[in-house]
Amino acid sequence: MDDPLVIAGREFGSRLVMGTGGAANLSVLERALVASGTELTTVAMRRLDASGGGVLDLLERLGIAALPNTAGCRTAAEAVLTARLAREALGTEWVKLEVVADDQTLLPDPVELLDAAEKLVDDGFVVLPYTSDDPVLALRLEQLGCAAVMPLGSPIGTGLGIRNPHNIELIVSRASVPVILDAGVGTASDAALAMELGCSAVLLATAVTRAQDPERMAAAMRAGVEAGRLARLAGRIPKRFWAHASSPAVG
Amino acid sequence: MKAKVNGLERELADGATVATVLALLDAPSRGVAVALDGEVVPRAAWETTFVPDGAAVEVLTAVQGG
Repeated sequence: MDDPLVIAGREFGSRLVMGTGGAANLSVLERALVASGTELTTVAMRRLDASGGGVLDLLERLGIAALPNTAGCRTAAEAVLTARLAREALGTEWVKLEVVADDQTLLPDPVELLDAAEKLVDDGFVVLPYTSDDPVLALRLEQLGCAAVMPLGSPIGTGLGIRNPHNIELIVSRASVPVILDAGVGTASDAALAMELGCSAVLLATAVTRAQDPERMAAAMRAGVEAGRLARLAGRIPKRFWAHASSPAVG
Repeated sequence: MKAKVNGLERELADGATVATVLALLDAPSRGVAVALDGEVVPRAAWETTFVPDGAAVEVLTAVQGG
């Protein structure tokens, strides 16, 4: 691989992590996942009788790794139990740690999040925490031993993009684990911006699964992530106040 | 005896194990995990872990999400 994403020593050729929530059915989801080129995709843990099953078989068939999340958990204790159940059910120590404060904002609860992250790291998990765009909290999560930090661009499902790009840059500038922009992406330019700001990857679901044409939007996100990554590596020109002629001034 | 399985009260035979409950739910053989009164029961212990009267059993699997 040319420029792999490396999380906890594991390499991924794609820098787009997908979620599976919100797709109208498994066939729409399958086409979107294939178009996205993703190699790592989140799933939720729910009671056996709940709807939305069959996703594990789909991911296995497509050769995409499943990343269980702790969505719906409000406390560290709930999140730790959910992560342990996911490890047992899926045979993976990787977990996307989500501990949200309330239904209206779905914003991370930082106190519960830190508590859960510490317990799961101690228990041998590879912890990828969904966090707010707070540079101090991101650093604390890294120091606890999280394998990546996943700050939000804006609240889950809003499609409001990256509301505080400077905070994302601050997080990136001090992180020594991958920074994955998680939540808030609405369209391909948001994904490209995340990568231009220095994120290592982008995680998104709603922007694709609830788009009018999920398959096409998945392809757009893939291209956006790739374009943003290339631009970041290429090094953009500094912004200038006055014009700077691009044609020769003499002759 | 009775136990709450995924939030629903169920009548279970005396001596029922976690494996009994899974059979009752027609649970698939993989992709499933069980918590008994808030503690994970490892797969290897399903056959030998008895469900006490009044216990809460949660049987989870992966679904679309995130």
